[in-house]
Amino acid sequence: MTDQLKKLLLGEQGLVVIFIVAFALVSLLVPNFLTDRNMLGLLQSVVTVGIVACTMMFCLAARDFDLSVGSIVAFAGMVAVMASNYIGSILLGLVAAIACGAFVGFINGVVIAKFRINALITTLATMQIVRGLALIASDGRAVGINSPDFYQLALSKFLGIPTPIWVLAVLFGIFGFVLNRTVFGKNTLAIGGNPEASRLAGVNVDRTRIWIFALQGVVCGIAGILLASRITSGQPNAAVGLELSVISACVLGGVSLAGGRATMSGVIVGVLIMGIAENAMNLLNIPAFYQYIVRGVILLLAVLLDNLRSSALGRR
Amino acid sequence: MSFLDFSRITKTYPGVKALSDVSFGVARGAVHGLMGENGAGKSTLIKILSGDQHADAGEIRIDGKVQAYSSTRDAFDNGVIVIHQELQLVPELTVAENLSLGRFPASAGIIAGRRMLDEVGAKLKSAGIDIDISRKVKTLSIGERQMVEIAKAVMLDARVIALDEPTSSLSSRESEILFALIDRLRAEGKVIIYVSHRLDEVFRLCDSLTVLRDGKLAAHHTSLEGVTRDQVVAEMVGREISDIWGFRPRKSGDVRLKVDAVSGAKLKTPASFEARAGEIVGFFGLIGAGRSELMRLVFGADPRSGGAISVDGKVVHATDPHGAIRAGIVLCSEDRKHDGIIQGRSIEENINISSRRHHARFGVLNRANEIATAETFIKKLKVRTPSRKQDIINLSGGNQQKVILGRWLSEQGVRVLIVDEPTRGIDVGAKSEIYELLYQLAEDGMAIIVVSSELPEVMGICDRILVMCGGRIGAELTRDQFAEKTILAAALPDTKTPDAIAS
Repeated sequence: MTDQLKKLLLGEQGLVVIFIVAFALVSLLVPNFLTDRNMLGLLQSVVTVGIVACTMMFCLAARDFDLSVGSIVAFAGMVAVMASNYIGSILLGLVAAIACGAFVGFINGVVIAKFRINALITTLATMQIVRGLALIASDGRAVGINSPDFYQLALSKFLGIPTPIWVLAVLFGIFGFVLNRTVFGKNTLAIGGNPEASRLAGVNVDRTRIWIFALQGVVCGIAGILLASRITSGQPNAAVGLELSVISACVLGGVSLAGGRATMSGVIVGVLIMGIAENAMNLLNIPAFYQYIVRGVILLLAVLLDNLRSSALGRR
Repeated sequence: MSFLDFSRITKTYPGVKALSDVSFGVARGAVHGLMGENGAGKSTLIKILSGDQHADAGEIRIDGKVQAYSSTRDAFDNGVIVIHQELQLVPELTVAENLSLGRFPASAGIIAGRRMLDEVGAKLKSAGIDIDISRKVKTLSIGERQMVEIAKAVMLDARVIALDEPTSSLSSRESEILFALIDRLRAEGKVIIYVSHRLDEVFRLCDSLTVLRDGKLAAHHTSLEGVTRDQVVAEMVGREISDIWGFRPRKSGDVRLKVDAVSGAKLKTPASFEARAGEIVGFFGLIGAGRSELMRLVFGADPRSGGAISVDGKVVHATDPHGAIRAGIVLCSEDRKHDGIIQGRSIEENINISSRRHHARFGVLNRANEIATAETFIKKLKVRTPSRKQDIINLSGGNQQKVILGRWLSEQGVRVLIVDEPTRGIDVGAKSEIYELLYQLAEDGMAIIVVSSELPEVMGICDRILVMCGGRIGAELTRDQFAEKTILAAALPDTKTPDAIAS
């Protein structure tokens, strides 16, 4: 009995099992949790973290790190709003925002891959530079949106489900496919497993890493646009601390910080566990200060579990 | 009564029975050989001895006392020390610091440097180990590092010392020093477990011998008197292997690879050579002679500062592995763990990493093809694994080597295959298989370059040998000119005579 339980929890799908159990428990114990409205609210609350987690997963899987995501999200949101206002076209505004995100990501990638600067340091620097740019562009104030159509990005619904949730679902699908079924995804995992061996096996390591960061920028651009639309303005101080939530979600989802190990299903579960914990605590009226502690504890437990699983698999 | 006793040791890994019911004993003051093919269970047995793994059943007794370790630290404290193939030293610390690590002589947390040097120095002197203990480990050669590892065992007054393939990266000179040290430890009454694939070493050093096969005890010799090499080989593989080289003459064709005055940061003297289609060219030399460095330049693993490379008359402009592979040059590196295997990923992925580009469409993998490729090469190369999904880190060294060979054999259009120390750490049975494979590939028209520190190997399988010494190609011999003395003489720097090593 206990052996079977151990096998279930420490097996490949252990995290999914825990997620299902946690979900069932919360549904039973927390009033108003399992309602359509709350479910949609929960999903909407994890859109930003979830979208960015898609590419953060690649970053971590390749043994890299990106701290600049929060700043890029805020910056891209600013650009989307200001460019839309200035040009008078929302579409061009969105293109500009995504291009800016991609550009920052590309710079991150080039500095890290070509100039061999540590990813932590590089993105720590761009995190501050980009945040500074967002503050300068807006003079430190929130910038309102001229065209009400911009709100529709976040408000519109398809089959009763808000667009941002669809975007999240589509990105989960795309990046899950990219990770498992494409040369790019496999190369990413190989680089994380052993960068030098991957290079000697003919993988273009530098180019792959640059692509990962550029994609991360693009995805941050998308997240920034949706966030700006939801909060109906460009906020230079938006998404502060996002990088830590995203990395937590990935680690919760079994992505190894040592690289080489990541699954999309794990990351989705990681994102949802974070969302559910927060949502349940809100429903139970647990004060925000305590929520930090709970989140930290969940993260530690997840990592401990992961450790147990690794040693159960006989890997060190 | 033996001093060290293994009694009915059994160990199962997921999908593999690594050891079943293995029992044998070793007397005090004996060097005991432990042989067997890859995956025969040697490493597992050593891991259990070192406290790194636990046996599912059975026990280890030392001096009649049952040893139950919960960690390697426990084994340490009980005087059992295992020296692994991958040395475990801190490169940035000095020899003395490495030897005192965990037991620094200190007062109030401040290391008493003088006392440390004195203590370590005295201990090593009495053991007859001659190393400058104030040097940083990163400045030592691999041979010297090995000495430091053994010195560590001496420092701890080990009762049982296990050496796992200690000579696999040593030159013959360094090996001699090691053997002398082992002889001294034996005289002091230590028990030494000597794991090796090299029969001559085992016969030269060991008093007794255990052979494992497929996790079971295949033979136990309490004395090596009257035991022949052929007999041991047969015990290891479970069948007779008459000629391990199995050399087959071949016709060589046109020049495939032409390397013209290539040089780089680690190879100052420009080097030139050619290899023909169907030819197996050996590169022999001492460790540090520049063989691996030259091959890394040819493959583009290191940037070259000058010279030209062409394959089938076409100049290879690329200076990175990515481009070299596309030009038909592939390299199996010498350092499997660092440059070869991709840890944490499956055998399947390790095989397909390069060749998948041929059947991926728009960057999307062809799953069916990848599975088929993996299965084909697991079968063809006889990789011992329960499944293609197994993480490569769980395989034995020889099986990892086979997977890496599979990676390159699954590539299309390989014209030049460079293998650097292809059989290091590989057992006799697998060796013959790998040689046979090289002959087949050569017959199919590949140019094959074999870099090896084992003279019998290059002499046994190559059509032509180039000897490197001090960063330059010193001599070239065709098969009819092969002679141990000539080759060694060319490999040695001028100051040494060939007899010093040959004897």
